[in-house]
Amino acid sequence: MKEWSSFVGFVVKEFYHIFRDRRTAAILFGMPVIQLLLFGYAIRNEIQEVKIGIADLSRDAVSQAITDKILSSGTFVLVKNPQSHSEIQSAFRSGAMSEAVIFEPASDREIQREGSMDIQVITDGSDPNVSRIITGYTASVIRDYLSESATTVDEPKGVVPVPLMMFNPGLKSVYLFVPGLMALILMLVSALMTSISITREKESGTMEVLLVSSLKPIQIIVGKVVPYFLLSFINVVSILVIASLVFGVPCRGSVLLLMAESLLFIMTALSLGMFISTITSSQQVAMMISLGGLLLPTILLSGFIFPVASMPLPLQVISNVIPAKWYLIIVRAIMLKGAGFAVLWQETLVLAVMTVVLIGASLRNFSERLE
Amino acid sequence: MTSAVEVKGVTKKFKTVTALSNVSLTVGKGELFGIIGADGAGKTTLFRILCTLMLADEGRAEVLGFDARKEYRSIRSRIGYMPGRFSLYTDLSVEENLKFFATVFNTTVEENYELIADIYTQLEPFKKRMAGQLSGGMKQKLALCCALIHRPDLLLLDEPTTGVDAVSRREFWQMLGRLKEQGITILVSTPYMDEASLCDRVAFLQDGTILAVDTPVGITGLFTAPLFSVRANEKHKLLTRLRSYPHAKSVYAFGSSVHYTDHRPSASSEEIMRYLSESELQEITIERIEPGIEDTFMALMKTDDGSHHE
Amino acid sequence: MSEPVIHTEQLTRKFGEFTAVDAISFSVGEGEVFGFLGANGAGKTTAMKMLTGLLLPTSGKAAVAGFDVFTETESIKKNIGYMSQRFSLYDDLTARENIRFFGGIYGLSSASIQEKSKALLSSLDLLPVADSRLSDLPLGWKQKLAFSVALLHEPKIVFLDEPTGGVDPMTRRRFWDMIYEAADRGVTVFVTTHYMDEAEYCDRVSIMVNGRIAALDTPTAMKDSFGVTTMDELFIRLVRPGAGEGI
Repeated sequence: MKEWSSFVGFVVKEFYHIFRDRRTAAILFGMPVIQLLLFGYAIRNEIQEVKIGIADLSRDAVSQAITDKILSSGTFVLVKNPQSHSEIQSAFRSGAMSEAVIFEPASDREIQREGSMDIQVITDGSDPNVSRIITGYTASVIRDYLSESATTVDEPKGVVPVPLMMFNPGLKSVYLFVPGLMALILMLVSALMTSISITREKESGTMEVLLVSSLKPIQIIVGKVVPYFLLSFINVVSILVIASLVFGVPCRGSVLLLMAESLLFIMTALSLGMFISTITSSQQVAMMISLGGLLLPTILLSGFIFPVASMPLPLQVISNVIPAKWYLIIVRAIMLKGAGFAVLWQETLVLAVMTVVLIGASLRNFSERLE
Repeated sequence: MTSAVEVKGVTKKFKTVTALSNVSLTVGKGELFGIIGADGAGKTTLFRILCTLMLADEGRAEVLGFDARKEYRSIRSRIGYMPGRFSLYTDLSVEENLKFFATVFNTTVEENYELIADIYTQLEPFKKRMAGQLSGGMKQKLALCCALIHRPDLLLLDEPTTGVDAVSRREFWQMLGRLKEQGITILVSTPYMDEASLCDRVAFLQDGTILAVDTPVGITGLFTAPLFSVRANEKHKLLTRLRSYPHAKSVYAFGSSVHYTDHRPSASSEEIMRYLSESELQEITIERIEPGIEDTFMALMKTDDGSHHE
Repeated sequence: MSEPVIHTEQLTRKFGEFTAVDAISFSVGEGEVFGFLGANGAGKTTAMKMLTGLLLPTSGKAAVAGFDVFTETESIKKNIGYMSQRFSLYDDLTARENIRFFGGIYGLSSASIQEKSKALLSSLDLLPVADSRLSDLPLGWKQKLAFSVALLHEPKIVFLDEPTGGVDPMTRRRFWDMIYEAADRGVTVFVTTHYMDEAEYCDRVSIMVNGRIAALDTPTAMKDSFGVTTMDELFIRLVRPGAGEGI
């Protein structure tokens, strides 16, 4: 019973630290909301208001119809009708235009007689992402036209692929960011904050006093971890609520499973934080390891922003040791695809093993002395 | 078992630095024992070995009859330790700190209140104040309360009065005296020579080596040469003049006077006065005095040529 | 006393409602070793910041090395040296590098830095270790070097903030030897400390209590007038009648 009350005392003390330091409280509660709103509203992958130039050299019904279709899609804004190649080039250079569509002469005749026409699409390759997306979009508009006109004009030659974006037909980026953001915030709150709060005690000398007390190392560690565990879970819930209410992100799978997996990931992140604090003795180093060694890989290598499959092989291999990668797969599968545990047990197992290994390493490393 | 602390041949090295070299000492039960030494003398390392935060490379240390290496758990629950730097939570109030350390030691503030009552009543008016906002003296009192809350048999206080003003220092030592009366053994370290006289026994520590262990009176007894306190109108000229005296053994500024010892056991103040009068110095006074603890420490310190001294 | 090098009249500094330094007036003469004493929080640091041109006074008058603390702070900074226990030299630089760096800061020419650095290193017996990092040197050596570096640009006044905390008695004596030597050359030495025994080494001392100067005299005269034998007792007498325990 006494052991229990000393443990409760420890946890209460930890909450005092968290709520009395405005910066900690701000990171804990302000950051998740701000990041979610930032990613949800400001940072979007969808392409809008693409400045387009159309040079219609054939001037016939087909080119006119395609032009109308492109412009009516709402994605493109016609900025000019360039008359020459040099005009196109200078418009690209000045940034006045991001895409040019050129209809070669006599397309009407050719498309009717040969079933083919030449349309040149030129984009500004200095931003490859945008360039790829708008090229694809233009191509799909043209294909749409061709498939519509096929019944009336001619049998289409070859196979025309009809894309359907499963689970996210609107290709809304917020669907992608919410799971990534959950991974990021849990990593930050759990790993960074735990490692800092433990190293702070080492720096201030209070760890010395704690060690020379009746507390066992496991009590110190668990006492440090419990508050952040609770707060991280509150964060998960609030992110999901905001995502669903403000951005309409669905949760197609079991909410219970999602919570359970999130709790597991929080444990992984906390054990990482513990591990970091056992190998460092200053807040500064702990912060650097957490930010450089955890946050950046979580953003860059987990598949949050860049798809893992398109990374070079060495990076793909490295991405396997990043817990967020597995958590992302799980969250996306549950929220967007409605997947159940039967499909996700492997990813879950990976996270569980990571957690056990990290906790083991931290306990082994946690010194009961100062050396 | 009559000794509270028993250290035998303890050596501790950090990479190239030898922090403690073959240190042996015994602290009796109920003693107020002082470790006197400058920064870097090895005081903190010795304390950390005794409170089981560090292991000695060689030798053995016994605290309250337990081996510091093997039986560290038994030691930890029976000692109160105050590290050299302020080691309480600055963002917790006075009251919260005390409560926290009470729960950590599986006790309550009420259970042992009478032990700290004397000290805590001074803190009581500020119990809602954050520990970080306290004056140096108040911080030390709070840290002492926290170290006492579980009624330890032995108090290990590492430089408790460093950076604390004279009034608080004096009060702190008065508290130690009262704790000693309650039967608590106290081992305290300090860089201040004047605090040595407040201990039952002291050990001088320099560069990881113990120079002497004795009662304050016994320590000054080690100083045998005649000692003179010399004053004059210009201190720098007085120092230079005395140092160029062929018979001079040691010449040190000592507050507003200069302490002088001679190579000859028979040296007299008249002789020195005669020598000094030949210079432009004025208002010269010379007085034969009894050596203090600081004089003895300096005499015991290993002396090389002078300038290359650590 | 010769022409005062530091002179203050009713110098006051307030922080909002709180008066940290309350109308202090004193003078320090050339070549004097002046002890500026007080408990933590008595206003020592604030007063010293005003005298070194780091903080503007709220009211009153003060001149340091002949320059006004309100209008000529830049000239003050050029004419004073400063050394504190906490910050004085860079531990990860060698003795030689530290001298070069601080010489540069004080605006010495590189020829004069070369020359001074050689003279300084040999007079301090530091030549054999001039190129090892300061972190490898004993505290006593670092202190001596720090003091010499603070005097590198030959200032009229040197401010020493808690200079000898934590050193052994022998090292402390050597340090005071250097102070006396500098004072003998005409440098005014302004020492702040809260160790009362340190005060006895000074020519004159002032003791600050709650923002005011409670006593100012030679240590001997001060002890005599209060009828006490040590500065410690004197200090306790001065602080006690006030609010008791200072916070």
